[in-house]
Amino acid sequence: MAVGLTLIFGVMRVVNFAHGDMMVWGMYLAFVLSTRAGIDPYVSFVVCAAALFVLGVAVQRGLVDRILAAPHEMQILLMLGVALVLENTALLAFGPEPARVRSPLARLTWDVGPLYVDVARLVTFGLAIVLTLALSLFLFHTERGRLIRAAADNPYGAMVIGTDVRRVYATAFGIGAACVGAAGALVSPILPFQPPTGLSLSVTSFNIVIIGGMGSLLGAFIGGLLVSVAESLGAVFLRPSLKELFSFSLLILILLLRPAGLFGRRAS
Amino acid sequence: MLELRDVDAAYGDIRVLSGVTLAVGTGEIVALLGPNGSGKTTLLTSIAGLLRPRGGTIRWEGEDLATVPAHLVVERGLALVPEGRRLFGGMTVEDNLELGAFAPRARRHRAEGFARVYALFPDLRERRRQLVRSLSGGQQQMVAVGRALMTNPRLLMLDEPSLGIAPRLVVSIFAALAEINRAGVGVFLVEQNVQAALTLAHRAYLLESGRIAGQGRAADLLHDPHVRRAYLGPLAVRT
Ligand SMILES: Nc1ncnc2c1ncn2[C@@H]1O[C@H](COP(=O)(O)OP(=O)(O)OP(=O)(O)O)[C@@H](O)[C@H]1O
Ligand SMILES: [Mg+2]
Repeated sequence: MAVGLTLIFGVMRVVNFAHGDMMVWGMYLAFVLSTRAGIDPYVSFVVCAAALFVLGVAVQRGLVDRILAAPHEMQILLMLGVALVLENTALLAFGPEPARVRSPLARLTWDVGPLYVDVARLVTFGLAIVLTLALSLFLFHTERGRLIRAAADNPYGAMVIGTDVRRVYATAFGIGAACVGAAGALVSPILPFQPPTGLSLSVTSFNIVIIGGMGSLLGAFIGGLLVSVAESLGAVFLRPSLKELFSFSLLILILLLRPAGLFGRRAS
Repeated sequence: MLELRDVDAAYGDIRVLSGVTLAVGTGEIVALLGPNGSGKTTLLTSIAGLLRPRGGTIRWEGEDLATVPAHLVVERGLALVPEGRRLFGGMTVEDNLELGAFAPRARRHRAEGFARVYALFPDLRERRRQLVRSLSGGQQQMVAVGRALMTNPRLLMLDEPSLGIAPRLVVSIFAALAEINRAGVGVFLVEQNVQAALTLAHRAYLLESGRIAGQGRAADLLHDPHVRRAYLGPLAVRT
């Protein structure tokens, strides 16, 4: 999830406030596919990724493209607008009740010595690693990926060598959205959700991205681990409702010690 | 052959170019000289399709470029080495060069492109695995010229390639431009280093406040009293 946000911010310098809501859409899509067609979310995440890719490209082409040169506050307003629209359509379509996707995997646990390992979480975690690796391979070892990195590094430079920068941006936004779509489907058996969940997911993603360092994939991944560990510890030692206290304390600590984030480079 | 006729360009209400008419013949080296803010960069970005002129026509090999999007101008054989180089600093020299040749036409000539760039700038071959950000200004300018050459251009446009670069490297970059031109590639050179530009070029235009204020053979302009006073003389304001 945070990986997608990082990609979009890293390439276009646009903060995607609709991120969490896109993820909720990925979750509902997995929900529909599971209840109507009986497809397990650990299979349907591919479909969710593809659908969100299309949504991402459409949002980029139709909206974000027009405001890339606009001041930051305009971009924020637009993305908040997109977030509201997505959240409220989800509310209209699925109602306010919390939903949860059933997967046979979610009922399994493994006993490893003194520990119970939740198989669903393990599979989600494994697939997250695989997806992050696949994305890095794409960005660093394919020509399209290299072009995306080039356009992120210097858009004007990319234009003078004949890049259709708008198209590169659409691909990047689409891939970023596909990451959240997949993430949404993958956590849907673990995390109950409802339309307003999007906002808290967005906040968590920003937290992760800022901790990891804006624009760094590895940072987004490690940041995600740190935040979830911090929140679990918070939930165990304090009360579950106070778990965010831990992750936000972590955020403040990191901002004080390393303002650019763990893996971020200071803008020069 | 590149032909501009009565080109006007503006940013919002600020008019920058007024009725610019000029031509660069096939295989020719033409310099465009002018003081700061006279509109040189604006002229190059208009040709490259990055800024749409308000009036006039820009023709390249007979075709009007008015409706050609910027990313296809490169495919037509026009390459720009932009002001400030605009390289991909976080990537290696080799990646920067390779990206120059990603468009379909250039891709077919990628291997020759690498050979040509490394022959012109042997320094770059040695540093091909280094990040561009870690190179000196002069070496970065070589990468910028190399990246543009990788697009396999028939006309190479350069925006102040000598700016802020050690004199020794300016000499080798200008020598490379002469070499590139001997292979039949036209060169359109925007410069404030008037001495160096007029020594290399066949012809030159003078741009002042967005208008063509003079033109002629480079050798003649080098001895022209007005040019010497305005661009080379001891009283000239240079930055
Ligand atoms: N993006 C822009 N928006 C508004 N005005 C601009 C913009 N770019 C340039 N100008 C103005 O247009 C005029 C011409 O600028 P341009 O960059 O073309 O000049 P130049 O001859 O390349 O100057 P220099 O020698 O400093 O590179 C200047 O007065 C400049 O302030
Ligand atoms: Mg300029």
